[in-house]
Amino acid sequence: MPSGIGESVPRPDGNLKVSGEFAYSSDLWLEGMLWGATLRSPHPSAWIRSMDVGPALAMPGVFAVLTHEDVPGERFYGLEHRDQPVLAIDQVRYQGEPVAIVAADHPETARRAAAAIVVDYEVRPAVTDPRRAAFDLSCPAVHPGGNLVRHQPVRVGSTFAAEVVVTGEYEVGMQDQAFLGPESGLAVPAEDGGVDLFVATQWLHVDQGQVAPCLGLPPEKVRLTLAGVGGAFGAREDLSMQVHASMLALRTGRPVKMVYGREESFFGHVHRHPARMRYEHGATADGRLVYVRAEILLDGGAYCSSTLAVVGNAASLGVGPYEVDNVWIDAYGVYTNNPPCGAMRGFGAVQACYAYESQMDRLAAACGLSPVEIRVRNAVSQGSRLATGQLIDSPAPLAEMLTELAAMPLPTDPAGAGMDGAGPDLRLLPGGVAQATRGEGVRRGVGYGVGIKNICFSEGFDDYSTARVRIEAAGDEPHVLVRTAAAEVGQGLVTVQAQIARTELGVERVTVAPADTGVGSAGSSSASRQSYVTGGAVRAACVAVRERLGALRAAHPELSLVEVLERCGPVEETREFRHRPTFPMDPVTGQGNSHTQLALCVHRAVVDVDVDLGLVRVVELAAVQDVGKILNPLALEGQIHGGSAQGLGLALMEEIQVREGRVLNPSFTDYLIPTILDMPPMRLSILENPDPHAPYGLRGAGEPPTLSSTPAVAAAVRAATGLDLPRVPIRPEDIALVPASRP
Amino acid sequence: MNETHHRVTLTVNGVVREATVPGRRLLSDCLRHDLGLTGTHVGCEHGVCGACTVLLDGEPVRSCLTFAVTVDGQEITTVEGLAQGGALSPVQRAFTECHALQCGFCTPGFLCTVTAFLRDNPAPSEEEALEAVAGNLCRCTGYQNILKAVHRAAEIQAAEIQAAELQAEEGGA
Repeated sequence: MPSGIGESVPRPDGNLKVSGEFAYSSDLWLEGMLWGATLRSPHPSAWIRSMDVGPALAMPGVFAVLTHEDVPGERFYGLEHRDQPVLAIDQVRYQGEPVAIVAADHPETARRAAAAIVVDYEVRPAVTDPRRAAFDLSCPAVHPGGNLVRHQPVRVGSTFAAEVVVTGEYEVGMQDQAFLGPESGLAVPAEDGGVDLFVATQWLHVDQGQVAPCLGLPPEKVRLTLAGVGGAFGAREDLSMQVHASMLALRTGRPVKMVYGREESFFGHVHRHPARMRYEHGATADGRLVYVRAEILLDGGAYCSSTLAVVGNAASLGVGPYEVDNVWIDAYGVYTNNPPCGAMRGFGAVQACYAYESQMDRLAAACGLSPVEIRVRNAVSQGSRLATGQLIDSPAPLAEMLTELAAMPLPTDPAGAGMDGAGPDLRLLPGGVAQATRGEGVRRGVGYGVGIKNICFSEGFDDYSTARVRIEAAGDEPHVLVRTAAAEVGQGLVTVQAQIARTELGVERVTVAPADTGVGSAGSSSASRQSYVTGGAVRAACVAVRERLGALRAAHPELSLVEVLERCGPVEETREFRHRPTFPMDPVTGQGNSHTQLALCVHRAVVDVDVDLGLVRVVELAAVQDVGKILNPLALEGQIHGGSAQGLGLALMEEIQVREGRVLNPSFTDYLIPTILDMPPMRLSILENPDPHAPYGLRGAGEPPTLSSTPAVAAAVRAATGLDLPRVPIRPEDIALVPASRP
Repeated sequence: MNETHHRVTLTVNGVVREATVPGRRLLSDCLRHDLGLTGTHVGCEHGVCGACTVLLDGEPVRSCLTFAVTVDGQEITTVEGLAQGGALSPVQRAFTECHALQCGFCTPGFLCTVTAFLRDNPAPSEEEALEAVAGNLCRCTGYQNILKAVHRAAEIQAAEIQAAELQAEEGGA
């Protein structure tokens, strides 16, 4: 089928996006609308003694100033655990926590009014050390139930001694999703007393399920429509301005728009959990794993968000895609007064991956093996078991992937080495033309990384999607309309849904309707799950339509498809699709079939490091990923490129710097994300070993490259410098200012 | 707050537009709010991300770092003005064709930057193309396809110029 699955079909929204016509949530505009603004706490921890909104209300142009006392319904919300107040109630638990909201006739007026609210804080000591929060019984509790959000052990086997033992302590900094389109949306009060909310989000129904109770409204009176989404990467899983804008709209009877600026965005969404990890790997002298012990400590910050699931991922995937019979893991997620952390691409698995891959390199060195060989010797394959006891029951050809990766040609021309009289091209040196040397200290390094990520929601979650497919005659052609609530956040789901409908129904003209809550839940655009689950739902609805069409056409063999549709009317079917059920992890042993699908990606990084300046230039990233079935080659490559870039960013530059609970760098000047000069050319090999349990055999693809690129880059920098580098991002001072330890 | 407002006249995408703005009104806000041209996006508000890039008398500028009053009387091209006679420009076509965008929020800034770049350097080398867009951030694509799109746009542009020249020759003959 032309433009069906397997083809590089262009994005249906591509022309709108290049012509400037695509309406992002920040572009929405209605006659007479007001602008909302948020007053946020300057303190990581404080009591609110009193608040005076009078000065704000007195300002001309201000229509409403609301605090927690004005929340019409439930005063708390949350993705997994409803512990987060809509607006702070007598207490703030992190810097940036929303305290009051304002609606005014101009955004500047709204911001000035918010600043005019007088809040009397009694500053309290902030809990900022996650280790203390987890293990020190004298540590103050951030929430009444204590600071431990989840402790998930994994216990397998009893042999914790081996010929070769390597240990390490690793740290992952707090990464930000840094989508480019800040949080924004428009709330419009409706005649039925409800609200219509146009918002950039990852899951309309989970927003609805949190917003409606807070507004004291039944869900059907809180209707959400997806506005244009400027990237997500996990940061739009939690609510930001949804309840606030709706409260202001309901109070004022006017449409209210809220748009965060970049600085506010850093405080307006959760980040990737920073992690502190202790690992011990034991192996035979020839490098076969005997045991892994690990303690993984994840700082969830002030509210729960998705910490429960992040801990589950870190625990269940904490040894990586390696066969090992004895495992002792303790994964912890804790509350602190640091910024709340939750979903970011690859969550839980990313942090553990950096640590276990660092360990595999140490083990390789201890056993005198190459990084590739140690991984191949221990690689899982179909039929292996995870540390949770779960059988890997679809292809997992890790050894073959590594072999293919290692056989890819290496880039030539080390920029700084072997210079002739002309000197190196400064643009190719770490730091580019801005750096101060002639490349004398440039060393090249090569590193490998391997990652395994669970695809779809795990641990017993009822994970499903809903699709409505309708075929009708439009002019003299059949036309198919696909309707789901699935969020297109840039990943290309809107393209894939249409491709599936074309393939299943053999009809070229397919439109994907805007996503809204007028159809059943699609689940979240996260966990690399939408091609699988919403793709599965679209396929199921198409199959149902096809069956009915088949019966109609059999009854009217003399008619064409269009004539049948004209005579019998449109055919519409709605279907839900669920993946295989998953099960909770045993709270004591961690055992259980907690995941439905697992995906592998492997990276090789080549870097040049200026060891004197501490600057790194990634020369090339190569990757091999098994996606089961390629639905859209061009879009898939884009996902792997983008995921790899975010992993590179975590390895080398991206960190929200937090001191005593305060964010030091909430801007794109100080929070660095890779530019095109930081991102090297990529070499990709994409494998298609189908998963028999998934639609078309596909395997979710968005997250795995974000896992493996980070340890690959870190390993390459280690290979170039000989340093331990137990922390990402690797900062220039970690390389250049190491006291007298350079080999 | 009483503040002086200024009347500015801008030629935006070939159309003369007027707005009355305070002196501190950013060009990005003027375009988006006063003139309703929301194709210009604001990603960082301080000149780092490049999403707000527009062409000022043909040269790329950060509209979030430009006061509207300072460009009174000048010509501005935004993403909405890149299409020519209803047809997408070579740069716009190359970005869709090469899948050089995902969420697309950064795209208008890239398009304006690349449009000016290829006008001045119609056949760039790899290094020149990289440097040309090094001031624009994209969070989705890892830049691989953006680089391809720059070269593809150069190809499309060259082919169009050649076709136009051929047509002119034929017309002349």
